[in-house]
Amino acid sequence: MTIAMGSMKAGEPVFYVVDEHEHAEGHSTMLGFWIYLMSDCLIFAMLFAVYGVLGGKYAAGPAPKDLFDLSLVAVNTTFLLLSSLTYGLAMLAMGQSRVGAMMAWLVVTGLFGLGFLGIELSEFAHMIHEGATPQRSAFLSSFFTLVGTHGLHVTFGLIWLVTLIVQVRLHGLIESNRRRLFCLSMFWHFLDVIWIGVFTVVYLMGMLR
Amino acid sequence: MVDTHDLTRLIFGRLTLESLPLHEPIIVGTFAVVALGGIALLGAVTYFRLWAYLWREWFTSVDHKRIGIMYMVLGIVMLLRGFADALMMRMQQAMAFNGSEGFLPAHHYDQVFTAHGVIMIFFVAMPLVTGLMNFVVPLQIGARDVSFPFLNNFSFWMTVGGAVLVMASLFIGEFARTGWLAYPPLSNLAYSPDVGVDYYIWGLQVAGVGTTLSGINLICTIVKMRAPGMTMMRMPVFTWTSLCTNVLIVASFPVLTAVLALLSLDRYVGTNFFTNDFGGDPMMYVNLIWIWGHPEVYILVLPAFGIFSEVTSTFSGKRLFGYTSMVYATVVITILSYLVWLHHFFTMGSGASVNSFFGITTMIISIPTGAKMFNWLFTMYRGRIRFELPMMWTVAFMLTFVIGGMTGVLLAVPPADFVLHNSLFLVAHFHNVIIGGVLFGLFAGIGYWFPKAFGFKLDVFWGKLSFWFWVVGFYLAFMPLYVLGLMGVTRRLRVFDDPSLQIWFVIAGIGALLIACGIACFLIQIAVSVLRREKLADVTGDPWDARTLEWATSSPPPAYNFAFTPVVHDNDAWWDMKRRGYARPLAGFKAIHMPSNTGTGVILAGLATAMAFGLIWYIWWLAGVSFIALLAVAIRHTFNYHQSFNIPADEVVRTERARTELLAGAKS
Repeated sequence: MTIAMGSMKAGEPVFYVVDEHEHAEGHSTMLGFWIYLMSDCLIFAMLFAVYGVLGGKYAAGPAPKDLFDLSLVAVNTTFLLLSSLTYGLAMLAMGQSRVGAMMAWLVVTGLFGLGFLGIELSEFAHMIHEGATPQRSAFLSSFFTLVGTHGLHVTFGLIWLVTLIVQVRLHGLIESNRRRLFCLSMFWHFLDVIWIGVFTVVYLMGMLR
Repeated sequence: MVDTHDLTRLIFGRLTLESLPLHEPIIVGTFAVVALGGIALLGAVTYFRLWAYLWREWFTSVDHKRIGIMYMVLGIVMLLRGFADALMMRMQQAMAFNGSEGFLPAHHYDQVFTAHGVIMIFFVAMPLVTGLMNFVVPLQIGARDVSFPFLNNFSFWMTVGGAVLVMASLFIGEFARTGWLAYPPLSNLAYSPDVGVDYYIWGLQVAGVGTTLSGINLICTIVKMRAPGMTMMRMPVFTWTSLCTNVLIVASFPVLTAVLALLSLDRYVGTNFFTNDFGGDPMMYVNLIWIWGHPEVYILVLPAFGIFSEVTSTFSGKRLFGYTSMVYATVVITILSYLVWLHHFFTMGSGASVNSFFGITTMIISIPTGAKMFNWLFTMYRGRIRFELPMMWTVAFMLTFVIGGMTGVLLAVPPADFVLHNSLFLVAHFHNVIIGGVLFGLFAGIGYWFPKAFGFKLDVFWGKLSFWFWVVGFYLAFMPLYVLGLMGVTRRLRVFDDPSLQIWFVIAGIGALLIACGIACFLIQIAVSVLRREKLADVTGDPWDARTLEWATSSPPPAYNFAFTPVVHDNDAWWDMKRRGYARPLAGFKAIHMPSNTGTGVILAGLATAMAFGLIWYIWWLAGVSFIALLAVAIRHTFNYHQSFNIPADEVVRTERARTELLAGAKS
């Protein structure tokens, strides 16, 4: 950016930009998306706090030990962690502008995400079938809400992923598509971090109770 | 017969003809007035063929200045509704003595006090504050728009959607009867089975999305788009307080969103978060909602502090005293506002240590606030003070806010709070700081920046009349409530037994009537100013001889704000430019890249509102269809990659030449 004016003498103060370059499109998107993620993180923080308060209120109903199947949750967690890895690989491919490889990794990411959701839904169905419904106790209310909110985020992440795959097919790796893929990448890893919290606080510590 | 009943339920949910409050003469009368006024307005817009203009130039606009002005209009319209509620409460309480039941049945009265609080905070104070920030901040930092212009438009329409839902509850169904924070278990399905709380929840959720997004937007704008040379410690104080306010918004509104979501799960799904049985915990709701609620009061008052800083230094003709301490005080208040929430319910029973902690943090907040007060006073000291309207509001604020602050410190003492909790003393206190702080600040800000927005000043005579009605009315309306509160009268009562209390309520009612005159004078002031706009015109763009960058451009500013981005060397950038002989550039204009208008924001917000309406009335098909449409329209919007255009150089030249001629005309 040049802020000197041709006609001005040296030493005189300069009060405006003459040779101006536009802000690049999307110059604030990364920052804005970060701030959005932090606000979303706060929602999860609150749900964790609620789980912390209500997690032990079984109301004479089932407790974590009666409900959780840790080996299933381990598979689930592996799926989600692997999906983060494959998204990372997709971003590496994007950095090298290898569209085909990137799309392939994105599809793999999506499949892992779907697998995660499938296992989670079957776990929910199983629990509800056994009478451990969200209405049964405050513990179950907060469990279903915390885990379900995470699952809802993954669902929206998947919709977003499909949208981006279509958009890359339409327009290729143009600047705004790269930016969008990067935002989804942050979102996806963020959900992974949240899940590690869920896995630890809800499942592991639940089994220790 | 059963079949048709099921079918109506499928189509209309629990919405029936009986849901219309046709048996309440007050509401029917209000509806008639609103409907006639609405038809007159719509008719006028149609008659003057303004729909296309409004849609093209305003509703779909992504210009931060227009969006800011629309926020202000929304806030002022909702002020009339919120104030009508206040007037009804004052009349009811002044009448209901000696066996009289007053004129409001309990069912209606409880809705009135709930709606009053909700509307005044969410749909009056918030839109007015957001509107001013939207209008002023980009101009003050020398930017051409906000970071995300489309998001800005969408945020505004979501706020409107929330307001529409709250207004609809007046005529279709009913509003919550729970008080403005809808504490459970009263707000649970068992005790509030009707649609009132659902209107409350979804009205706030829809508006809350808009507020959070606009918070993110303004943070990015301030962090990323400042003119070259404007370091953080050279930002105008209003921009600083706006930054802190938006940080507070982003760090507190998600809590509100989440806590209301949990309440709706309790009501819709039957979970047990805040119930009395199955392990639920109603006090958790109270804690969570105040973790949002306390920062919320600072969200409102910090921008007002910023306005007072700008006004004081402009009208004292001096640099602001203690700029650095002002900034640090603002930041300290921002942080402390998260550490005091429990003072809203010392009576919960959390024990002496917890109560002491929160009592002390609350008292500590008064220190940075006091520092600000002294900064303003020292700015005025030995200044060449001009008592224009904004300055009058500022002086009234200083006197009034100090009283409110002191009663606040009184309430921060837990033993005193045990006596005064939920009494009219508390009601007097928070009106004292919100009217004396936020509202006076907004009036100062409106008077100060109105000429920037429209190119002419506001009429002084009607402004002074409005000022005196407001200030005198405020003291008459709320000082009696302090007295009543000390005598032990609790809030939200509808009828009274002790006739000796009546005189205080009558005085408070008279105060409310004076405030009504103040509002009327304010509206007349705007009308008169529009009619006399030739006489009140300001062509310089700097009618107050002010100090910050927004005054460097024309009034009203062109769509692109600044033909050339300013370069900043000093805190008071424009003052510095004037002092050092800045000459306005007259040549070398280039095309300017600007975002395009779009109707997507209106459509998305409309769909969100329809979805909320469906959820409120259990019209599941409407909720489902609107939700799917919402997703589809949002995704469709992302397929449009070209959302900007260029203002051609010759149009910039024409605009700037017109201004040159205006300025020359003003000098001769």
